Amino acid sequence: MADATSGISVEIRHLFKIFGAEPHKHVEAVRAGLSKTELNEKHHHVLGLRDISIEMPAGGIQVIMGLSGSGKSTLIRHVNRLIEPTAGEVLVGGVDVVKMSEAELRNFRRHRTAMVFQKFALLPHRTVLDNVVFGLELQGVSRTAQLEAAMRWIERVGLKGFENRYPNQLSGGMQQRVGLARALANDAPILLMDEAYSALDPLIRVDMQTVLLDIQKEVRKTIVFITHDLDEALRLGDRIAILRDGEVVQQGTSQDIVLRPADDYIANFVKEVNRGRVVRVGSTMEPLGSEPVSSVTIDAEATIEAAAHLLRAHRLEALTVVDPAGRPLGRIMMRDVLAAMFPEESGEVAKRA
Amino acid sequence: MDWLIRFPHMDDARLAAFKKAIDEGFRAFTRAYGDGIEALFQPLQVFLIQSERLLTTTPWSIVFLVILALAWIGSRNWRIVAGSAVTLLLIGYLDMWQDTMKTVSMIFVCTVLAIAIGLPLGVAMSRSPRLRAVVNPVLDVMQTMPSFVYLIPVVMLLGIGKVPGLIAVVIYAVPPMIRLTDLGIRLVDRDVLEAADAFGASPWQKLVKVQLPLAMPNIMAGINQTIMMALAMVVIAAMIGVQGLGQGVLKAISNQYFTLGLFNGLAIVCIAIIFDRVSQAYGRRLQKHQEAVHG
Repeated sequence: MADATSGISVEIRHLFKIFGAEPHKHVEAVRAGLSKTELNEKHHHVLGLRDISIEMPAGGIQVIMGLSGSGKSTLIRHVNRLIEPTAGEVLVGGVDVVKMSEAELRNFRRHRTAMVFQKFALLPHRTVLDNVVFGLELQGVSRTAQLEAAMRWIERVGLKGFENRYPNQLSGGMQQRVGLARALANDAPILLMDEAYSALDPLIRVDMQTVLLDIQKEVRKTIVFITHDLDEALRLGDRIAILRDGEVVQQGTSQDIVLRPADDYIANFVKEVNRGRVVRVGSTMEPLGSEPVSSVTIDAEATIEAAAHLLRAHRLEALTVVDPAGRPLGRIMMRDVLAAMFPEESGEVAKRA
Repeated sequence: MDWLIRFPHMDDARLAAFKKAIDEGFRAFTRAYGDGIEALFQPLQVFLIQSERLLTTTPWSIVFLVILALAWIGSRNWRIVAGSAVTLLLIGYLDMWQDTMKTVSMIFVCTVLAIAIGLPLGVAMSRSPRLRAVVNPVLDVMQTMPSFVYLIPVVMLLGIGKVPGLIAVVIYAVPPMIRLTDLGIRLVDRDVLEAADAFGASPWQKLVKVQLPLAMPNIMAGINQTIMMALAMVVIAAMIGVQGLGQGVLKAISNQYFTLGLFNGLAIVCIAIIFDRVSQAYGRRLQKHQEAVHG
C-alpha cells in the first residue's frame, strides 16, 4: 500500500518556539531546562513549543492532539511556516522549510501543501466553485484545468449542485466541505488540517471523518490533523502525538496510547474512550497454544468489539487471529476482550498515581 | 500685573514683519516655481476641458439617456432610474442643463482623481503603520482647515480657473476615500488572509483577490462620501472661477436673487441625491453574497 502513496514525509526536529520581543536570546536557557513559568515571569516571553521532534510517515495520517493552549495550532503552522520557528528544523521530503527564501516558500505552499482551517476561512465574496479553484488560480493553472479539478472535488465531497452558492448560504458542515475541496483541488502531497472539524456538530463531525478516511484511501497524502478530541484522534490517526504545554508527552499508534499511556495525564484522557472500538485484536491476542485452533478467523486489524460479536454469534471460546494473507498469528478469547476493555484499576498506571 | 489680564502678545511691528517674511517667502516660491507647477497640472486641465466639452456639446437627449443607462446599470432599480429622469428633466426645464453638466463634469473628474490618489494611498497606509501615523494628522488638517484658507495659496500658485478649483475640491474630498480604503483593508478577516498565505498568495495576489474585494463595502462608502463632499465644495470653488451651478449661487448671494440661489442650490441637492442613491445601490449589489445567510 505504501507504494501507492502520493504523500511525502514530514520530519520535525528539535523545534522550539518562543513568543516575545527577543526570542533568540532565551533559546539556550530553555534548552538547558528553564521552565515555561520561569521564562514568563523572569523574561516576559511565552514558551510556545519546547523541543518538538516528530517523524510523520509519508502517506499516513499524523494526528496532533492537545487541549487549548497546548501549542498544537502553533505546531501545524510551522509545517508551512505560517509561523517562524525560534530554533529547529522542519524537513519536508528532506528539504528544510525553515531555510527557504520567500519565493521558494511561496512555491512550496502553492505546490506541496494545502490547508483546512477551523473557522473555514473561505472567501465570502466568491462562490463555492471560485473558492475551490483559489489555490489553482494562485498557481497560475489554466481556467479549464482549474474548473475540471474543482468540479471533480466538489462532486467528491458531496457538494454537486451548490457550485454557485456563496459560503454564507451554506451550513457549517457544508462550508467545511468547501474548505476540504479547496485543499484537495490543490493536489498537494501534504494536507494540513487545523482543528478542521472542531467547529462542527458531533454527527456532522463523524460524517466528515468518514469522508476524509474514504478520500485518504484513494489519495494517500501525508495528512497532519490537529484536534482536541481523543475519539477523533483515535479514529483518524495512523500515528498520534499528544501535546501538553508545548511539549510532546507521548507519541505512537492509537494502540500505544490506549494500552500503554505514558503518564497519568494521558491515562486520564484514555479512561473515557470506548476501548472496544479502538483496541485491535492484534494488540491483545494470545500466542497460538497447543489447544486446537478455532475454525472461525478474525483479522488482526479488527477491533475487539468485532471479536466479541463473533465470539457471541458463534458461541465460541476462541477465534483464530490471522494476517491479511490468512496466516494464523494467534488466538483471542473472551477473557482477552474483557481484559482489554476493562483494565484492572490496580494496574500499572493506577499504582503510579 | 497687567500681563495676567491682557494676553501679552508679540509686539506689533515684529508680528507684522514675521507675517511679511512668510508672505515674501511664499511669493518668491510662487515666482520661482509657479510656472513649473502649472505645467505639471497641465494634463489635468486637458482632462477637465475634454470632459466638460463632452458633456456640454453632446445633445442633451443623448447625455440624458446615457445617465439613465448608467443609473440602471449601477442600481438595477426602476424607481431610482425614474426618479433620476424626473429630476434631470426638471433641471433642464428650469434652464440649468448647461450649468448642471459643467458641475457633473467637475465632480466626475474630482472623483476619478480622488480615487486615483486615495486608493493607493489607503492601501499603503493599511500596510505601514508609520505612514498611517504621518498621513492621518495631515488628513485631519485637510478636513478641518477652512477651505478659504487653502484657496489662497492655490490661487497664488495657479491663478484663477478650473485647475485650482479642482485642487481645492480634491483636497477637501479625498480624505474619506483614503481613510475608508485604509480601514476597509485593515478590517479584512485575518483568518481569510492566513488562508491566502497558506495557499501561497503573493502580496499582489492577496491585495487583488482578497483584500480589495473584501474591503469593497468600505471603499464604496469612501467613493460615495467623496462625491458628496465634492458637491458641497462646488459653491466655494465657484469663487475661484469654477463654472457650473456654484456660479449661480454665488451670483445670487452678491445680488440677493433669492429664486436663482434656491434653484441652483436645489439642483446641486438633486444631483447629489442621484449620485448617492445610484452609488449606494451599486455598493449593496456588490455585497449581495452577504445578504443570504444560511439558516
